[in-house]
Amino acid sequence: MQAWLDSLIARGDFGARPDAALAYGIAMAIACALVLALIALPFASIVTWVERRVWARIQSRVGPNRVGPQGFLQWLADGVKHVCKEDLAPEEADARLFKLAPWLVALGFFLPWAVMPFSSALILADLNVGILYLTAVTALTVVGVLMAGWASNNKWSLLGGIRSAAQIVSYEIPAGLSILPVVLMSGTLSMEGIIRAQGWAPQSWFLFANPFCVPAATILFISGLAENNRTPFDLPEAESELVAGFATEYTGMRYLLFYMAEWGNMFVSAAIVATLFLGGWRAPALSRSAVAMNTIEFAVFNLKVLTIVFVSMWVRGTLPRVRIDQMMALCWKYFVPIAFVDLLGTAGWVALWPDGNPIASWLLLACAAAGIVLFVRRVAIYARRSRMELRLRPTS
Amino acid sequence: MGVASYFRQIREAVVTIVDGMAVSASHLIRRPYTIQYPDRLERRVQETLPFRYRGILDVDLEICTGCLACERACPIDCIAMAIEKNAQTREIVISQFDIDIAKCMYCGLCSEPCPTGAIHHTTEFEGSDFSLESLILRFVNEPVVAYKPKKGPEPDPELARMLGAGMRYVDEWAQPAADKPAARSAAPVKPAPSAGPPDAKA
Ligand code: SF4
Ligand code: SF4
Repeated sequence: MQAWLDSLIARGDFGARPDAALAYGIAMAIACALVLALIALPFASIVTWVERRVWARIQSRVGPNRVGPQGFLQWLADGVKHVCKEDLAPEEADARLFKLAPWLVALGFFLPWAVMPFSSALILADLNVGILYLTAVTALTVVGVLMAGWASNNKWSLLGGIRSAAQIVSYEIPAGLSILPVVLMSGTLSMEGIIRAQGWAPQSWFLFANPFCVPAATILFISGLAENNRTPFDLPEAESELVAGFATEYTGMRYLLFYMAEWGNMFVSAAIVATLFLGGWRAPALSRSAVAMNTIEFAVFNLKVLTIVFVSMWVRGTLPRVRIDQMMALCWKYFVPIAFVDLLGTAGWVALWPDGNPIASWLLLACAAAGIVLFVRRVAIYARRSRMELRLRPTS
Repeated sequence: MGVASYFRQIREAVVTIVDGMAVSASHLIRRPYTIQYPDRLERRVQETLPFRYRGILDVDLEICTGCLACERACPIDCIAMAIEKNAQTREIVISQFDIDIAKCMYCGLCSEPCPTGAIHHTTEFEGSDFSLESLILRFVNEPVVAYKPKKGPEPDPELARMLGAGMRYVDEWAQPAADKPAARSAAPVKPAPSAGPPDAKA
Protein backbone atom coordinates (compact mmCIF):
# COMPACT_ATOMS: atom_id res chain seq x y z
CA MET A 1 0.00 0.00 0.00
CA GLN A 2 2.63 2.44 1.08
CA ALA A 3 4.90 1.13 -1.66
CA TRP A 4 2.16 1.71 -4.23
CA LEU A 5 1.61 5.27 -3.07
CA ASP A 6 5.36 5.82 -3.09
CA SER A 7 5.56 4.60 -6.66
CA LEU A 8 2.75 6.97 -7.63
CA ILE A 9 4.74 9.81 -6.17
CA ALA A 10 7.87 8.63 -7.92
CA ARG A 11 5.97 8.51 -11.25
CA GLY A 12 4.93 12.05 -10.63
CA ASP A 13 1.19 11.35 -10.44
CA PHE A 14 0.93 13.62 -7.48
CA GLY A 15 3.07 16.13 -9.33
CA ALA A 16 4.77 18.87 -7.46
CA ARG A 17 1.47 20.13 -6.20
CA PRO A 18 1.70 21.34 -2.64
CA ASP A 19 -1.24 19.15 -1.57
CA ALA A 20 0.57 15.92 -2.51
CA ALA A 21 1.44 15.23 1.11
CA LEU A 22 -2.17 15.86 2.11
CA ALA A 23 -3.45 13.46 -0.55
CA TYR A 24 -0.92 10.91 0.62
CA GLY A 25 -2.06 11.29 4.19
CA ILE A 26 -5.72 11.00 3.28
CA ALA A 27 -5.09 7.92 1.16
CA MET A 28 -3.24 6.25 4.02
CA ALA A 29 -6.01 7.15 6.44
CA ILE A 30 -8.65 5.65 4.16
CA ALA A 31 -6.57 2.51 3.72
CA CYS A 32 -6.16 2.21 7.48
CA ALA A 33 -9.88 2.65 8.00
CA LEU A 34 -10.58 -0.02 5.40
CA VAL A 35 -8.26 -2.53 7.05
CA LEU A 36 -9.83 -1.83 10.42
CA ALA A 37 -13.37 -2.01 9.11
CA LEU A 38 -12.91 -5.02 6.85
CA ILE A 39 -10.54 -7.18 8.87
CA ALA A 40 -9.87 -6.04 12.42
CA LEU A 41 -13.41 -5.34 13.62
CA PRO A 42 -15.15 -8.29 11.94
CA PHE A 43 -12.43 -10.57 13.23
CA ALA A 44 -12.68 -9.24 16.76
CA SER A 45 -16.44 -9.73 16.76
CA ILE A 46 -16.83 -12.99 14.90
CA VAL A 47 -14.06 -14.65 16.86
CA THR A 48 -16.22 -14.34 19.99
CA TRP A 49 -18.79 -16.62 18.41
CA VAL A 50 -16.13 -19.04 17.12
CA GLU A 51 -14.48 -19.21 20.51
CA ARG A 52 -17.74 -19.85 22.31
CA ARG A 53 -18.53 -22.67 19.92
CA VAL A 54 -15.07 -24.18 20.33
CA TRP A 55 -15.21 -24.04 24.12
CA ALA A 56 -18.68 -25.47 24.08
CA ARG A 57 -17.55 -28.50 22.14
CA ILE A 58 -14.57 -28.94 24.45
CA GLN A 59 -17.02 -28.98 27.34
CA SER A 60 -19.41 -31.32 25.47
CA ARG A 61 -21.95 -28.55 24.98
CA VAL A 62 -23.33 -27.05 21.80
CA GLY A 63 -22.77 -23.34 22.34
CA PRO A 64 -24.68 -20.39 20.90
CA ASN A 65 -26.55 -21.70 17.85
CA ARG A 66 -29.81 -19.78 17.79
CA VAL A 67 -29.14 -16.36 16.27
CA GLY A 68 -28.81 -16.85 12.53
CA PRO A 69 -27.46 -19.99 10.89
CA GLN A 70 -25.63 -21.99 13.55
CA GLY A 71 -25.70 -18.90 15.76
CA PHE A 72 -23.38 -17.06 13.43
CA LEU A 73 -25.02 -13.70 14.08
CA GLN A 74 -24.58 -14.00 17.84
CA TRP A 75 -21.75 -11.46 17.76
CA LEU A 76 -24.04 -8.94 16.09
CA ALA A 77 -26.73 -9.44 18.72
CA ASP A 78 -24.19 -9.06 21.52
CA GLY A 79 -22.73 -5.94 19.92
CA VAL A 80 -26.10 -4.28 19.42
CA LYS A 81 -27.03 -5.11 22.99
CA HIS A 82 -23.88 -3.49 24.33
CA VAL A 83 -24.26 -0.39 22.20
CA CYS A 84 -27.82 0.06 23.44
CA LYS A 85 -26.80 0.02 27.09
CA GLU A 86 -26.49 3.18 29.10
CA ASP A 87 -23.03 4.70 29.32
CA LEU A 88 -22.46 5.11 33.06
CA ALA A 89 -19.59 6.66 34.94
CA PRO A 90 -19.49 6.18 38.72
CA GLU A 91 -20.00 9.35 40.71
CA GLU A 92 -16.68 9.10 42.54
CA ALA A 93 -14.73 8.13 39.44
CA ASP A 94 -12.29 10.42 37.69
CA ALA A 95 -14.67 10.91 34.81
CA ARG A 96 -12.24 12.19 32.23
CA LEU A 97 -9.68 9.43 32.65
CA PHE A 98 -12.48 6.91 33.05
CA LYS A 99 -13.88 7.81 29.66
CA LEU A 100 -10.50 8.04 27.98
CA ALA A 101 -9.14 4.67 29.12
CA PRO A 102 -11.09 2.35 26.78
CA TRP A 103 -10.02 4.43 23.81
CA LEU A 104 -6.36 4.02 24.75
CA VAL A 105 -6.87 0.29 24.93
CA ALA A 106 -8.61 0.38 21.57
CA LEU A 107 -5.71 2.42 20.20
CA GLY A 108 -3.32 -0.28 21.36
CA PHE A 109 -5.47 -2.67 19.34
CA PHE A 110 -5.76 -0.50 16.21
CA LEU A 111 -2.15 0.60 15.80
CA PRO A 112 -0.56 -2.84 15.19
CA TRP A 113 -2.68 -3.27 12.06
CA ALA A 114 -0.52 -0.68 10.30
CA VAL A 115 2.31 -3.16 9.98
CA MET A 116 0.24 -6.32 9.59
CA PRO A 117 1.79 -8.16 6.61
CA PHE A 118 -1.25 -9.73 4.92
CA SER A 119 0.61 -10.43 1.69
CA SER A 120 3.61 -9.20 -0.26
CA ALA A 121 1.73 -6.06 -1.32
CA LEU A 122 -1.03 -5.81 1.28
CA ILE A 123 0.73 -4.05 4.10
CA LEU A 124 -0.19 -0.53 5.09
CA ALA A 125 3.29 0.57 6.06
CA ASP A 126 6.31 -1.68 5.81
CA LEU A 127 8.27 0.10 8.52
CA ASN A 128 11.92 -0.81 8.73
CA VAL A 129 11.42 -1.19 12.49
CA GLY A 130 8.13 -3.04 12.07
CA ILE A 131 8.49 -5.65 14.80
CA LEU A 132 9.87 -3.11 17.24
CA TYR A 133 6.91 -0.87 16.48
CA LEU A 134 4.58 -3.79 17.14
CA THR A 135 5.99 -4.57 20.57
CA ALA A 136 5.88 -0.88 21.40
CA VAL A 137 2.28 -0.17 20.44
CA THR A 138 0.81 -3.37 21.84
CA ALA A 139 2.19 -2.32 25.21
CA LEU A 140 0.04 0.81 24.95
CA THR A 141 -2.80 -1.31 26.28
CA VAL A 142 -1.09 -1.23 29.67
CA VAL A 143 -1.63 2.50 29.97
CA GLY A 144 -5.30 2.20 29.19
CA VAL A 145 -5.84 -0.71 31.54
CA LEU A 146 -4.00 0.92 34.41
CA MET A 147 -5.90 4.15 33.76
CA ALA A 148 -9.21 2.31 33.78
CA GLY A 149 -8.30 0.60 37.02
CA TRP A 150 -7.27 3.80 38.70
CA ALA A 151 -10.03 6.06 37.41
CA SER A 152 -12.85 3.65 38.31
CA ASN A 153 -12.25 4.35 41.99
CA ASN A 154 -13.03 0.77 42.84
CA LYS A 155 -10.69 -1.64 44.55
CA TRP A 156 -11.43 -4.50 42.20
CA SER A 157 -10.72 -2.32 39.21
CA LEU A 158 -7.52 -1.04 40.76
CA LEU A 159 -6.28 -4.53 41.64
CA GLY A 160 -7.18 -5.74 38.17
CA GLY A 161 -5.40 -2.82 36.56
CA ILE A 162 -2.28 -3.30 38.62
CA ARG A 163 -2.22 -7.01 37.99
CA SER A 164 -2.65 -6.43 34.31
CA ALA A 165 0.13 -3.87 34.21
CA ALA A 166 2.50 -6.15 36.12
CA GLN A 167 1.65 -9.02 33.85
CA ILE A 168 1.97 -7.19 30.56
CA VAL A 169 5.20 -5.47 31.53
CA SER A 170 6.74 -8.72 32.80
CA TYR A 171 5.80 -10.74 29.76
CA GLU A 172 7.10 -8.09 27.39
CA ILE A 173 10.59 -9.20 28.39
CA PRO A 174 10.47 -12.87 27.34
CA ALA A 175 8.41 -11.85 24.31
CA GLY A 176 11.03 -9.31 23.26
CA LEU A 177 13.83 -11.76 23.92
CA SER A 178 12.20 -14.42 21.76
CA ILE A 179 11.79 -11.99 18.90
CA LEU A 180 15.53 -11.32 18.87
CA PRO A 181 16.64 -14.76 17.55
CA VAL A 182 14.55 -14.14 14.44
CA VAL A 183 16.05 -10.70 14.04
CA LEU A 184 19.51 -12.30 14.34
CA MET A 185 18.72 -14.78 11.60
CA SER A 186 16.97 -12.46 9.19
CA GLY A 187 19.05 -9.37 9.86
CA THR A 188 16.04 -7.07 9.62
CA LEU A 189 13.27 -5.66 11.80
CA SER A 190 10.82 -5.13 8.96
CA MET A 191 7.86 -7.51 8.92
CA GLU A 192 8.09 -8.06 5.17
CA GLY A 193 11.85 -8.50 5.40
CA ILE A 194 11.50 -11.19 8.06
CA ILE A 195 8.93 -13.03 5.97
CA ARG A 196 11.03 -12.78 2.83
CA ALA A 197 13.97 -14.31 4.72
CA GLN A 198 11.85 -17.49 5.11
CA GLY A 199 10.50 -19.83 2.47
CA TRP A 200 7.02 -21.23 1.90
CA ALA A 201 7.99 -24.78 2.84
CA PRO A 202 8.01 -25.67 6.54
CA GLN A 203 11.68 -26.63 6.65
CA SER A 204 12.61 -23.10 5.63
CA TRP A 205 10.52 -21.49 8.35
CA PHE A 206 12.39 -19.92 11.22
CA LEU A 207 10.55 -22.27 13.56
CA PHE A 208 12.78 -25.09 12.35
CA ALA A 209 15.89 -23.03 11.62
CA ASN A 210 17.65 -24.27 14.72
CA PRO A 211 16.76 -26.14 17.90
CA PHE A 212 16.48 -22.93 19.90
CA CYS A 213 13.65 -21.57 17.81
CA VAL A 214 10.95 -23.99 18.93
CA PRO A 215 11.16 -22.90 22.60
CA ALA A 216 11.46 -19.29 21.47
CA ALA A 217 8.26 -19.58 19.42
CA THR A 218 6.50 -21.29 22.33
CA ILE A 219 7.54 -18.55 24.72
CA LEU A 220 6.38 -15.91 22.26
CA PHE A 221 3.01 -17.60 21.90
CA ILE A 222 2.50 -18.00 25.66
CA SER A 223 3.63 -14.45 26.33
CA GLY A 224 1.08 -13.36 23.76
CA LEU A 225 -1.62 -15.14 25.77
CA ALA A 226 -0.41 -13.41 28.92
CA GLU A 227 -0.27 -9.99 27.33
CA ASN A 228 -3.83 -10.35 26.07
CA ASN A 229 -5.01 -11.40 29.53
CA ARG A 230 -6.23 -14.69 28.19
CA THR A 231 -6.76 -17.84 30.20
CA PRO A 232 -4.68 -19.29 31.85
CA PHE A 233 -3.36 -15.77 32.50
CA ASP A 234 -6.66 -13.93 32.89
CA LEU A 235 -5.89 -12.81 36.43
CA PRO A 236 -6.76 -9.17 35.77
CA GLU A 237 -10.36 -10.20 35.12
CA ALA A 238 -10.50 -13.20 37.40
CA GLU A 239 -14.24 -13.11 37.99
CA SER A 240 -14.08 -15.22 41.13
CA GLU A 241 -11.78 -12.70 42.80
CA LEU A 242 -12.13 -9.38 41.04
CA VAL A 243 -15.62 -9.39 39.47
CA ALA A 244 -14.41 -8.16 36.09
CA GLY A 245 -11.11 -6.55 37.05
CA PHE A 246 -10.42 -3.21 35.45
CA ALA A 247 -13.67 -3.41 33.48
CA THR A 248 -15.89 -3.76 36.56
CA GLU A 249 -17.34 -0.25 36.42
CA TYR A 250 -17.69 -0.07 32.66
CA THR A 251 -20.91 -0.43 30.75
CA GLY A 252 -22.10 -0.52 27.20
CA MET A 253 -19.84 0.67 24.44
CA ARG A 254 -16.80 1.27 26.63
CA TYR A 255 -16.99 -2.20 28.09
CA LEU A 256 -17.27 -3.51 24.56
CA LEU A 257 -14.11 -1.67 23.55
CA PHE A 258 -12.08 -3.47 26.22
CA TYR A 259 -13.29 -6.83 25.11
CA MET A 260 -13.01 -6.04 21.44
CA ALA A 261 -9.37 -5.15 22.02
CA GLU A 262 -8.82 -8.30 24.00
CA TRP A 263 -10.34 -10.58 21.39
CA GLY A 264 -8.80 -8.69 18.52
CA ASN A 265 -5.35 -8.81 20.05
CA MET A 266 -5.53 -12.56 19.67
CA PHE A 267 -5.18 -11.98 15.96
CA VAL A 268 -2.31 -9.55 16.48
CA SER A 269 -0.25 -11.83 18.69
CA ALA A 270 -0.98 -14.83 16.48
CA ALA A 271 0.11 -12.79 13.49
CA ILE A 272 3.39 -11.97 15.21
CA VAL A 273 4.09 -15.66 15.78
CA ALA A 274 3.07 -16.52 12.22
CA THR A 275 5.25 -13.79 10.77
CA LEU A 276 8.32 -14.50 12.83
CA PHE A 277 8.34 -18.27 12.93
CA LEU A 278 5.84 -19.72 10.45
CA GLY A 279 6.84 -17.96 7.27
CA GLY A 280 4.03 -15.38 7.25
CA TRP A 281 2.32 -15.13 3.88
CA ARG A 282 4.95 -17.15 2.03
CA ALA A 283 3.25 -19.33 -0.57
CA PRO A 284 4.57 -21.34 -3.51
CA ALA A 285 4.58 -19.35 -6.75
CA LEU A 286 1.44 -20.84 -8.25
CA SER A 287 0.44 -17.97 -10.45
CA ARG A 288 2.07 -15.24 -12.41
CA SER A 289 -0.58 -12.63 -11.86
CA ALA A 290 0.20 -10.37 -8.93
CA VAL A 291 -3.45 -10.17 -7.90
CA ALA A 292 -3.87 -13.96 -7.76
CA MET A 293 -0.58 -14.36 -5.95
CA ASN A 294 -1.54 -11.77 -3.37
CA THR A 295 -4.86 -13.49 -2.83
CA ILE A 296 -3.12 -16.80 -2.22
CA GLU A 297 -0.67 -15.15 0.13
CA PHE A 298 -3.50 -13.45 2.00
CA ALA A 299 -5.22 -16.79 2.41
CA VAL A 300 -2.05 -18.53 3.55
CA PHE A 301 -1.31 -15.84 6.11
CA ASN A 302 -4.82 -15.91 7.50
CA LEU A 303 -4.83 -19.68 7.62
CA LYS A 304 -1.69 -19.69 9.73
CA VAL A 305 -2.96 -16.94 12.00
CA LEU A 306 -6.35 -18.55 12.49
CA THR A 307 -4.70 -21.88 13.29
CA ILE A 308 -2.74 -20.21 16.07
CA VAL A 309 -5.88 -18.42 17.25
CA PHE A 310 -7.62 -21.79 17.37
CA VAL A 311 -4.81 -23.21 19.49
CA SER A 312 -5.16 -20.34 21.93
CA MET A 313 -8.91 -21.02 22.19
CA TRP A 314 -8.10 -24.64 22.79
CA VAL A 315 -5.62 -23.72 25.52
CA ARG A 316 -8.28 -21.54 27.07
CA GLY A 317 -10.67 -24.44 27.09
CA THR A 318 -8.09 -26.72 28.67
CA LEU A 319 -6.06 -24.99 31.34
CA PRO A 320 -7.33 -23.49 34.58
CA ARG A 321 -6.25 -20.04 35.67
CA VAL A 322 -2.80 -19.87 37.30
CA ARG A 323 -2.11 -18.14 40.58
CA ILE A 324 -0.42 -14.76 40.45
CA ASP A 325 2.82 -15.97 42.03
CA GLN A 326 2.88 -18.92 39.64
CA MET A 327 2.43 -16.55 36.76
CA MET A 328 5.31 -14.36 37.87
CA ALA A 329 7.51 -17.40 38.62
CA LEU A 330 6.76 -18.74 35.16
CA CYS A 331 7.86 -15.49 33.60
CA TRP A 332 10.96 -14.69 35.61
CA LYS A 333 12.27 -18.12 36.58
CA TYR A 334 11.53 -20.00 33.39
CA PHE A 335 10.74 -17.84 30.39
CA VAL A 336 13.36 -15.15 30.81
CA PRO A 337 16.34 -17.54 31.31
CA ILE A 338 15.16 -19.86 28.53
CA ALA A 339 14.68 -16.92 26.20
CA PHE A 340 18.23 -15.78 26.98
CA VAL A 341 19.57 -19.25 26.22
CA ASP A 342 17.62 -19.22 22.94
CA LEU A 343 19.11 -15.88 22.04
CA LEU A 344 22.69 -16.95 22.79
CA GLY A 345 22.20 -20.33 21.14
CA THR A 346 20.83 -18.74 18.00
CA ALA A 347 23.71 -16.28 17.97
CA GLY A 348 26.18 -19.20 18.13
CA TRP A 349 24.25 -21.05 15.45
CA VAL A 350 24.23 -18.08 13.12
CA ALA A 351 27.97 -17.67 13.71
CA LEU A 352 28.55 -21.32 12.76
CA TRP A 353 26.11 -21.54 9.85
CA PRO A 354 25.31 -18.04 8.61
CA ASP A 355 23.08 -19.40 5.85
CA GLY A 356 21.26 -21.90 8.01
CA ASN A 357 21.73 -25.63 8.33
CA PRO A 358 19.28 -27.56 6.13
CA ILE A 359 20.01 -30.91 7.79
CA ALA A 360 19.09 -29.57 11.20
CA SER A 361 15.93 -28.01 9.74
CA TRP A 362 14.83 -31.27 8.17
CA LEU A 363 15.55 -33.14 11.40
CA LEU A 364 13.54 -30.65 13.44
CA LEU A 365 10.70 -30.81 10.94
CA ALA A 366 10.73 -34.61 11.16
CA CYS A 367 10.64 -34.39 14.97
CA ALA A 368 7.71 -31.98 14.81
CA ALA A 369 5.82 -34.24 12.40
CA ALA A 370 6.46 -37.25 14.64
CA GLY A 371 5.26 -35.23 17.62
CA ILE A 372 2.04 -34.34 15.83
CA VAL A 373 1.43 -37.97 14.88
CA LEU A 374 1.98 -39.07 18.48
CA PHE A 375 -0.35 -36.34 19.69
CA VAL A 376 -3.11 -37.36 17.29
CA ARG A 377 -2.77 -40.96 18.45
CA ARG A 378 -3.06 -39.80 22.04
CA VAL A 379 -6.26 -37.92 21.16
CA ALA A 380 -7.58 -41.05 19.48
CA ILE A 381 -6.81 -43.08 22.61
CA TYR A 382 -8.75 -40.65 24.80
CA ALA A 383 -11.62 -40.52 22.34
CA ARG A 384 -11.83 -44.32 22.27
CA ARG A 385 -11.57 -44.63 26.04
CA SER A 386 -14.56 -42.36 26.57
CA ARG A 387 -16.73 -44.71 24.40
CA MET A 388 -18.78 -41.69 23.36
CA GLU A 389 -20.16 -41.34 19.90
CA LEU A 390 -17.75 -39.18 17.90
CA ARG A 391 -18.94 -36.28 15.86
CA LEU A 392 -16.35 -34.51 13.77
CA ARG A 393 -18.79 -32.03 12.25
CA PRO A 394 -18.08 -28.64 13.82
CA THR A 395 -21.77 -27.72 13.52
CA SER A 396 -23.81 -29.92 15.78
CA MET B 1 15.63 -25.61 43.76
CA GLY B 2 18.24 -27.87 42.24
CA VAL B 3 19.12 -27.92 38.57
CA ALA B 4 17.66 -31.39 38.11
CA SER B 5 14.33 -30.42 39.62
CA TYR B 6 14.28 -27.27 37.51
CA PHE B 7 14.44 -29.28 34.31
CA ARG B 8 12.12 -31.95 35.69
CA GLN B 9 9.51 -29.26 36.33
CA ILE B 10 9.82 -27.96 32.80
CA ARG B 11 9.43 -31.47 31.43
CA GLU B 12 6.45 -32.18 33.64
CA ALA B 13 4.76 -28.93 32.68
CA VAL B 14 5.16 -29.65 28.97
CA VAL B 15 4.05 -33.27 29.24
CA THR B 16 1.00 -32.58 31.39
CA ILE B 17 -0.15 -29.62 29.33
CA VAL B 18 0.19 -31.57 26.08
CA ASP B 19 -1.69 -34.46 27.64
CA GLY B 20 -4.42 -32.11 28.85
CA MET B 21 -4.70 -30.66 25.37
CA ALA B 22 -5.14 -34.17 24.03
CA VAL B 23 -7.98 -34.78 26.48
CA SER B 24 -9.76 -31.58 25.51
CA ALA B 25 -9.19 -32.32 21.82
CA SER B 26 -10.88 -35.67 22.30
CA HIS B 27 -13.84 -33.83 23.80
CA LEU B 28 -13.85 -31.48 20.82
CA ILE B 29 -14.70 -34.36 18.50
CA ARG B 30 -17.32 -36.01 20.70
CA ARG B 31 -21.04 -35.61 20.39
CA PRO B 32 -22.25 -32.84 22.71
CA TYR B 33 -24.37 -33.94 25.64
CA THR B 34 -26.70 -30.97 25.44
CA ILE B 35 -30.40 -31.69 25.00
CA GLN B 36 -31.72 -28.75 23.03
CA TYR B 37 -35.05 -28.45 24.85
CA PRO B 38 -37.68 -27.55 23.77
CA ASP B 39 -37.57 -27.33 19.99
CA ARG B 40 -34.56 -29.19 18.61
CA LEU B 41 -35.30 -32.70 19.74
CA GLU B 42 -35.99 -35.90 17.91
CA ARG B 43 -38.58 -36.89 20.51
CA ARG B 44 -40.38 -34.77 23.07
CA VAL B 45 -38.67 -34.87 26.45
CA GLN B 46 -41.94 -36.08 27.93
CA GLU B 47 -41.66 -39.28 25.94
CA THR B 48 -38.20 -39.99 27.25
CA LEU B 49 -39.09 -39.61 30.92
CA PRO B 50 -39.46 -42.73 33.06
CA PHE B 51 -42.88 -44.23 33.73
CA ARG B 52 -42.70 -43.28 37.40
CA TYR B 53 -42.12 -39.58 36.72
CA ARG B 54 -44.50 -37.45 38.77
CA GLY B 55 -45.74 -34.87 36.32
CA ILE B 56 -49.07 -33.09 36.02
CA LEU B 57 -51.99 -35.25 37.21
CA ASP B 58 -54.51 -36.72 34.86
CA VAL B 59 -57.84 -38.44 35.61
CA ASP B 60 -59.44 -41.12 33.47
CA LEU B 61 -62.98 -40.20 34.38
CA GLU B 62 -64.36 -43.30 32.66
CA ILE B 63 -62.87 -45.57 35.31
CA CYS B 64 -63.20 -43.26 38.31
CA THR B 65 -65.44 -44.89 40.90
CA GLY B 66 -66.22 -41.66 42.69
CA CYS B 67 -64.87 -43.04 45.97
CA LEU B 68 -63.34 -39.69 47.01
CA ALA B 69 -60.25 -41.46 48.32
CA CYS B 70 -57.99 -39.15 46.38
CA GLU B 71 -59.70 -36.03 47.63
CA ARG B 72 -59.29 -37.22 51.19
CA ALA B 73 -55.69 -38.26 50.67
CA CYS B 74 -54.51 -34.94 49.35
CA PRO B 75 -52.72 -33.22 52.22
CA ILE B 76 -53.25 -29.72 50.85
CA ASP B 77 -56.75 -30.07 49.48
CA CYS B 78 -56.11 -29.27 45.90
CA ILE B 79 -58.61 -31.81 44.64
CA ALA B 80 -62.19 -30.62 44.75
CA MET B 81 -64.86 -33.22 44.05
CA ALA B 82 -68.63 -33.22 44.21
CA ILE B 83 -70.69 -36.41 43.90
CA GLU B 84 -74.37 -37.20 44.15
CA LYS B 85 -75.91 -40.56 44.92
CA ASN B 86 -78.94 -41.61 43.00
CA ALA B 87 -81.04 -43.40 45.61
CA GLN B 88 -82.97 -45.62 43.14
CA THR B 89 -80.27 -46.79 40.76
CA ARG B 90 -77.61 -46.57 43.44
CA GLU B 91 -75.39 -44.88 40.88
CA ILE B 92 -72.86 -42.26 41.81
CA VAL B 93 -72.82 -39.15 39.66
CA ILE B 94 -69.68 -37.06 39.62
CA SER B 95 -70.53 -33.44 39.02
CA GLN B 96 -67.19 -31.84 39.79
CA PHE B 97 -63.59 -33.02 39.70
CA ASP B 98 -61.08 -30.18 39.81
CA ILE B 99 -57.40 -30.35 40.52
CA ASP B 100 -55.56 -27.13 41.22
CA ILE B 101 -52.18 -27.92 39.72
CA ALA B 102 -50.84 -24.54 40.81
CA LYS B 103 -51.23 -25.75 44.41
CA CYS B 104 -50.35 -29.39 43.80
CA MET B 105 -46.94 -30.39 45.05
CA TYR B 106 -46.73 -33.63 43.05
CA CYS B 107 -46.42 -35.75 46.16
CA GLY B 108 -48.38 -38.62 44.64
CA LEU B 109 -50.44 -39.31 47.76
CA CYS B 110 -53.70 -39.01 45.83
CA SER B 111 -52.81 -41.70 43.32
CA GLU B 112 -51.87 -44.22 46.01
CA PRO B 113 -55.34 -45.02 47.40
CA CYS B 114 -57.14 -44.91 44.04
CA PRO B 115 -58.66 -48.38 43.49
CA THR B 116 -58.62 -48.25 39.69
CA GLY B 117 -55.65 -46.03 38.95
CA ALA B 118 -57.97 -43.42 37.49
CA ILE B 119 -55.98 -40.57 38.98
CA HIS B 120 -52.34 -40.79 37.98
CA HIS B 121 -49.31 -38.72 37.17
CA THR B 122 -48.30 -38.17 33.58
CA THR B 123 -44.86 -37.25 32.30
CA GLU B 124 -46.18 -33.86 31.23
CA PHE B 125 -44.48 -30.99 33.05
CA GLU B 126 -44.99 -27.94 30.86
CA GLY B 127 -47.59 -26.16 32.94
CA SER B 128 -46.91 -22.48 32.42
CA ASP B 129 -49.97 -20.45 31.64
CA PHE B 130 -51.17 -16.89 31.69
CA SER B 131 -53.57 -17.08 34.60
CA LEU B 132 -53.94 -18.97 37.84
CA GLU B 133 -57.51 -19.76 36.86
CA SER B 134 -56.40 -21.83 33.89
CA LEU B 135 -54.16 -23.86 36.16
CA ILE B 136 -57.21 -25.48 37.70
CA LEU B 137 -57.82 -28.61 35.68
CA ARG B 138 -61.54 -29.32 35.37
CA PHE B 139 -62.15 -32.89 34.39
CA VAL B 140 -65.95 -32.84 34.57
CA ASN B 141 -67.87 -30.75 32.07
CA GLU B 142 -71.25 -32.26 32.67
CA PRO B 143 -72.12 -34.74 35.41
CA VAL B 144 -71.06 -38.28 34.60
CA VAL B 145 -71.96 -41.59 36.11
CA ALA B 146 -69.12 -43.08 38.05
CA TYR B 147 -67.59 -46.39 37.06
CA LYS B 148 -68.82 -49.46 38.84
CA PRO B 149 -66.36 -52.32 39.20
CA LYS B 150 -67.67 -55.55 37.71
CA LYS B 151 -67.36 -58.99 39.26
CA GLY B 152 -65.68 -60.55 36.25
CA PRO B 153 -63.46 -59.04 33.60
CA GLU B 154 -64.53 -55.76 32.04
CA PRO B 155 -66.58 -56.41 28.88
CA ASP B 156 -66.09 -53.03 27.19
CA PRO B 157 -62.69 -53.27 25.43
CA GLU B 158 -61.99 -49.54 25.69
CA LEU B 159 -62.66 -49.48 29.42
CA ALA B 160 -60.73 -52.72 29.82
CA ARG B 161 -57.71 -51.13 28.21
CA MET B 162 -57.91 -48.11 30.50
CA LEU B 163 -58.45 -50.28 33.52
CA GLY B 164 -55.49 -52.41 32.56
CA ALA B 165 -53.27 -49.37 32.30
CA GLY B 166 -54.64 -47.97 35.53
CA MET B 167 -54.11 -51.19 37.44
CA ARG B 168 -50.63 -51.49 36.05
CA TYR B 169 -50.00 -48.00 37.35
CA VAL B 170 -51.41 -48.95 40.73
CA ASP B 171 -49.45 -52.17 40.97
CA GLU B 172 -46.15 -50.90 39.75
CA TRP B 173 -46.13 -47.50 41.22
CA ALA B 174 -48.89 -46.38 43.53
CA GLN B 175 -49.49 -49.49 45.61
CA PRO B 176 -46.65 -51.92 45.23
CA ALA B 177 -47.46 -55.24 46.88
CA ALA B 178 -45.16 -54.56 49.81
CA ASP B 179 -47.20 -51.67 51.20
CA LYS B 180 -50.63 -52.53 49.87
CA PRO B 181 -52.45 -52.98 53.19
CA ALA B 182 -51.24 -49.63 54.43
CA ALA B 183 -52.22 -47.84 51.28
CA ARG B 184 -55.62 -49.53 50.90
CA SER B 185 -56.97 -48.03 54.08
CA ALA B 186 -57.32 -44.55 52.74
CA ALA B 187 -56.59 -43.10 56.17
CA PRO B 188 -53.11 -41.63 56.91
CA VAL B 189 -50.65 -43.67 54.97
CA LYS B 190 -48.23 -45.46 57.19
CA PRO B 191 -44.72 -45.86 55.89
CA ALA B 192 -44.22 -49.32 54.50
CA PRO B 193 -42.36 -51.63 56.87
CA SER B 194 -40.01 -52.82 54.17
CA ALA B 195 -38.83 -49.61 52.60
CA GLY B 196 -37.69 -51.18 49.36
CA PRO B 197 -37.92 -49.46 46.01
CA PRO B 198 -41.63 -49.04 45.25
CA ASP B 199 -41.58 -51.13 42.11
CA ALA B 200 -39.77 -54.05 43.69
CA LYS B 201 -42.47 -56.67 44.01
CA ALA B 202 -42.36 -58.58 47.22
S1 SF4 C 1 -50.11 -35.03 44.09
FE1 SF4 C 1 -50.25 -34.58 46.25
S2 SF4 C 1 -50.70 -32.41 46.30
FE2 SF4 C 1 -51.10 -33.05 44.22
S3 SF4 C 1 -53.25 -33.52 44.19
FE3 SF4 C 1 -52.19 -35.42 44.64
S4 SF4 C 1 -52.15 -35.55 46.87
FE4 SF4 C 1 -52.65 -33.44 46.34
S1 SF4 D 1 -59.47 -42.25 44.24
FE1 SF4 D 1 -59.61 -42.80 42.07
S2 SF4 D 1 -61.59 -43.73 41.88
FE2 SF4 D 1 -61.64 -42.67 43.85
S3 SF4 D 1 -62.47 -40.66 43.37
FE3 SF4 D 1 -60.27 -40.46 43.21
S4 SF4 D 1 -59.87 -40.85 41.05
FE4 SF4 D 1 -61.91 -41.58 41.41
